Amino acid sequence: MEVLAYLIPISLFLGGVGLVAFVYTVRSNQYDDPEGDARRILSDEWDDNPKP
Amino acid sequence: MTTQLSSGTAACPGCIASPAEPARPVPQDVQIALSLPGIHCSACIATVERELNAQPGVEEARVNLTLKRAMIKAAPELTAADLIPVMEQAGFEAHELDPGALSATQANKAGRDLLMRLAVAGFASMNVMLLSVSVWSGAADATRDMFHWISAAIALPAIAFSAQPFFANAWSALRVRRLNMDVPIVLAILLALITSLWETALGGEHAYFDAALTLTFFLLAGRYLDYRTRAAARSAAEELTALEVPRAVMLRDGAEKDVAVSALSVGDLVLVRPGGRMPVDGEIVSGQSELDRSLLTGETLPVFAQAGLTVSAGEVNLTGPLTIRATAVGEDTSLHRMADLVAIAESGRSRYTSLADKAAKLYAPGVHILAALSFLGWLIYSGDIRTALNIAAAVLIITCPCALGLAVPAVTTAASGRLFRKGMLIKHATALERLAEVDTVVFDKTGTLTSGTPALTNLGDHARTDLEVALALAEVSSHPLSVALSKSARASGIKPANVQDVAEVPGYGTEGTYHGLRARLGRAAWTGGTEGDQTAAWLSVEGQASVPFVFTDTLRAGAVEAVQAFRQADKKVILISGDTRGAVKALAGTLGIETWIAQALPQDKADHVQHLRDQGHHVLMVGDGLNDTAALAAAHVSISPASALDAARVASDIVLLGNDLAPIADACDTAVKATKRIRENFRIATIYNIIAVPLAVIGLATPLIAALAMSTSSITVSLNALRLR
Repeated sequence: MEVLAYLIPISLFLGGVGLVAFVYTVRSNQYDDPEGDARRILSDEWDDNPKP
Repeated sequence: MTTQLSSGTAACPGCIASPAEPARPVPQDVQIALSLPGIHCSACIATVERELNAQPGVEEARVNLTLKRAMIKAAPELTAADLIPVMEQAGFEAHELDPGALSATQANKAGRDLLMRLAVAGFASMNVMLLSVSVWSGAADATRDMFHWISAAIALPAIAFSAQPFFANAWSALRVRRLNMDVPIVLAILLALITSLWETALGGEHAYFDAALTLTFFLLAGRYLDYRTRAAARSAAEELTALEVPRAVMLRDGAEKDVAVSALSVGDLVLVRPGGRMPVDGEIVSGQSELDRSLLTGETLPVFAQAGLTVSAGEVNLTGPLTIRATAVGEDTSLHRMADLVAIAESGRSRYTSLADKAAKLYAPGVHILAALSFLGWLIYSGDIRTALNIAAAVLIITCPCALGLAVPAVTTAASGRLFRKGMLIKHATALERLAEVDTVVFDKTGTLTSGTPALTNLGDHARTDLEVALALAEVSSHPLSVALSKSARASGIKPANVQDVAEVPGYGTEGTYHGLRARLGRAAWTGGTEGDQTAAWLSVEGQASVPFVFTDTLRAGAVEAVQAFRQADKKVILISGDTRGAVKALAGTLGIETWIAQALPQDKADHVQHLRDQGHHVLMVGDGLNDTAALAAAHVSISPASALDAARVASDIVLLGNDLAPIADACDTAVKATKRIRENFRIATIYNIIAVPLAVIGLATPLIAALAMSTSSITVSLNALRLR
């Protein structure tokens, strides 16, 4: 059962990483146009050096 | 979009400290927003962005497909008026939006806030669920206790953060001694946490931390869906408001000045150019022109305007520039007075109780009584508060309106999304439910069933030379009738005659010299024609009898289909218009509408709708003008096209974004289906409760059963809603 001492912190850490990633995507307006983004990946026009 | 957000805060902190002096920024890039109701695919995005980016002055154009909108960063001299024709040439309907009115909705803090809470609840419940599964699959003793303590450490802060909206709502309801859906929710969450903590402290077997978290998660999901649907509608409604003339040209000391309409005051001189809309009520001081009053009265015949005539805000100036002196501005204009009428009628409509409210009214007391009874029953039977409390918590958790909380928002989101893709915007939360009950449809004529653009009907009756002269005269004018005439003449291969010295006489028509003879095209009185009840322009060539060119209003796309669909669905269709008998009768005949009323005043329309209501009919009113506003507000549910006046759109529950009317009939269909789904969802939720509640009451429910009942019912309800898409 000692393995739990590693596994539980690891699972909590991974969950935390997921949460932080999600918060980042919300903060950077990545959910403003879900429909458009879904279509844009099919577009032939892309910008190799997009503005930040 | 980021630029839009940051532009407001770009000023230094010092500027915020001294708001009295708004810093006039040096001309810098402007933000232009266009509404593009017609875009729907990746090719549309590419075309729109390519076309816009190719325009000189455009720095960056980005399409938002979800909101059907394009945001353009451009050089200061560029205006939306330059870009709209570009879009129209590329085949997209485009309307200008006021970016100022939009920025507020983009910030949408509330939505983000909910999303964050949803995320925290989601991640916390996943982690806790992981630990709970180990407990359910047999972890015992010290391991189980440790898992419970870790769960508690995750659950308590997570719930403290993410369940705040429920706490706040429940508190505000309790403060005024009322019960709402949130009270049992909060009670269930709190009771679950307390009993679980207690159990954990005593090394007990069952803890409901996972249930409390999943409950929060599912309910937040429902809230968020609900919020999104409404926010989308609200922002689009706001953007339509942004379509209104926010600017006017003021004349002061002979100089023209571009000012905001809100800055005008009584007595100011305002210049209204041809094609422009009156920003204020007033009196014409100078100039001659014709006015299109169709939005206010429903009349299609343009009215001759000259000095001394009183004009109302919302009328459209057609031919010559007019200078008007404002007699009423802002809130006092007839346009706004009409909006007051709407407010009164709306308060009547808010009496409608939605299905969700009806369910909540039955549900909230029922749950409390059930939980209290099982608590008391077990207390008396076993004499142990701990057991009784545990069972009461289980009852509350299992009956908790997870599925109820999702039942309505999931369906309305799916239905609104479906209708939005067809170009309809559901503004009001209960609009779909009310639309489903409709049995009578009342249409306005001008601007609703007809597009408001005239078309020539008697081209074949005229001699070729007449047509050639008329075309030559018509082509110099931008009057709608002239435009329609030249369009249909050109379409049938007529070439303009050689007419010299063609000049437009504002308010009357155009004049020129043809083979030395004076030729005129214009109003009956000016050309020697006789005024009839049909819209007509007359052509007179000196020495010949004058001939009329007759016009009718063209039907709006989809009008025939919409009326047909309603008739097939056994709904009563009625046409009420402020226009003349002849015009209304002709249109009713074309569309096969049996009941029609002509020359109706705004109050007549509203009275008629009210009368139908009193007879027990559920009326859907479709209208666009100021004269329809009261009727729109009086009806059970109302729809207006995007081209409608602001007041009419405000009064209606649903706005038609595109030009096509056909989606209206479809909307009724979708609404009926949506209501059916909502009822089904309630039934599904009830069935789960009927199975799980007895288990909870007799004390057989475990956290595993609670988790299963909750998740399966929520997921079934969501899937059922998705069938609508």
